[in-house]
Amino acid sequence: MPRGLYLYLATFLLISFSTLSAKESKPIEGELNGNLKSEIKAYILHHLEDSHYFNLLSYKDKTTNEKVYIGMPLPVILWDDGLRVFSSSKFKHGKNVVYLDDNYYKLYHGKIYKTDAQGTINYDDHHHPTNIKPIDFSITKNVISILFTALLMFVLFRGLAKSYQKNGMIAKGVGRFFEPIVLYVRDEIAIPNIGEKDHRRFMAYLLTLFFFVWFLNLLGLTPLGINVTGNIAVTFCLALTTFIITTLVGKKHYWKHIFWMPGVPWPMKIILAPIELLGLIIKPFSLMIRLYANISAGHIVLMSLIALIFIFKNWIGSSLSFVLAFSISIIEILVALLQAYIFTVLSALYFGFAVEQHDENDDH
Amino acid sequence: MEKLINEFSFGLFFWQLFIFIGLIFLLRKFAWKPILDAVNQRETSIKDAINLAEEAKKEMTSIQEDNQKILKEARAEREALLKEARFNGADIVAQAKGEAKAEADKIIAQAQESIQNEKRAALHELKNQVAQISLDIAEKVIESELDSKDKQSKLVNQLIKDASL
Repeated sequence: MPRGLYLYLATFLLISFSTLSAKESKPIEGELNGNLKSEIKAYILHHLEDSHYFNLLSYKDKTTNEKVYIGMPLPVILWDDGLRVFSSSKFKHGKNVVYLDDNYYKLYHGKIYKTDAQGTINYDDHHHPTNIKPIDFSITKNVISILFTALLMFVLFRGLAKSYQKNGMIAKGVGRFFEPIVLYVRDEIAIPNIGEKDHRRFMAYLLTLFFFVWFLNLLGLTPLGINVTGNIAVTFCLALTTFIITTLVGKKHYWKHIFWMPGVPWPMKIILAPIELLGLIIKPFSLMIRLYANISAGHIVLMSLIALIFIFKNWIGSSLSFVLAFSISIIEILVALLQAYIFTVLSALYFGFAVEQHDENDDH
Repeated sequence: MEKLINEFSFGLFFWQLFIFIGLIFLLRKFAWKPILDAVNQRETSIKDAINLAEEAKKEMTSIQEDNQKILKEARAEREALLKEARFNGADIVAQAKGEAKAEADKIIAQAQESIQNEKRAALHELKNQVAQISLDIAEKVIESELDSKDKQSKLVNQLIKDASL
């Protein structure tokens, strides 16, 4: 009975509002939509990038016609023949040129450039700025998010570790939720891929990696507009650490498999060596791209669906977009966990390859 | 690809590397090691407890077996003891009977002998008295014969009457 009722209601709403919206369409809507669309596109791309501000929202003041930002400025740290530290509020969101120690700096599309007093940006043929970029060590929005996650993880897992001592070997408190996950990482990720004997020394890295990626992925789904694991520098760093550890712990067997594959005729060995060597780079590279692409794509899809609400501006389209955005959000929560899991599993797998040892003469 | 390189921020990379590696070492020392140690310890203690229980169970069965064996032995011993006791008892009774009979025979023999003795003594005494009485009678008869014939016979009759035994 309720199901029939819902169906009836839905059909009623569909018919009534589609006619309503048809009546309301205006001739100038097309032009407005075009502006809105490009604005949304810029907004999404802007969101995907790192920022020197921690802004929650912005709006256009109707009286002054100026953009008002709600949030906080973050410290800017530049290395330009010496350390230069100032607050990002001085940029006034790219409108001001900051003068410091005989140098002028301007914030342009989220990046800091060295300019003249007027803040002129020179472009090359591809419309890329040619101004000098000082090395930017600013505490950006992403750095703040990483710091927050690190702090959260430390507090959480320190609490879990302490609760064992206090509570007679049984976890208590918030950490208790994470104990099975810690055990899952050990029993289902580390031990099957690396082996009972060697897994211990990789546990700290794998656990930190898993929770770090997971928490940052989830943080990216909050309305704070954070996109850390969808940033190539972050995923590059994570993949690089996996690569470095794999290379450092690699045993004789591992290197032999790469440079002089056992069990194949010698011409094949010569052909296989460069392929295997390339594989060394491709493995962490795929890790980097996978996480980056998945999270970025998730953010783009989610934001586009939310933006559709404002493009449709009618009851059916907007509510449909809402439902879609809602379901994608739920999928994204799953993806957040899945990507953390995949990154950790593959890292563990690569470590497993590196430390694998064969005593017998096998042919693979 | 060009976009990715363009997007790459060295500063963010630096901070990420710095914080991430710092986090790994901090968590390893303060969280992962104690957590995994505690979990391992718990698992070993559970395993130990299970092993211990298993062992106790085994010990229990062996003790029970021992008990059964001991019980069986005790029962057998009791049987043997009872058998022996029964045998011994019969023996003792037979011996006692024999002894008692011998004793009784001895007592009877003694009694008979003593009766014989008494009888002999009594007869002896009787003989002596009869002799004495006979002597007395003879004496009286002799005395009365001196008086008269009648009196004599009267006296004899009376004396005989008196001397009724």
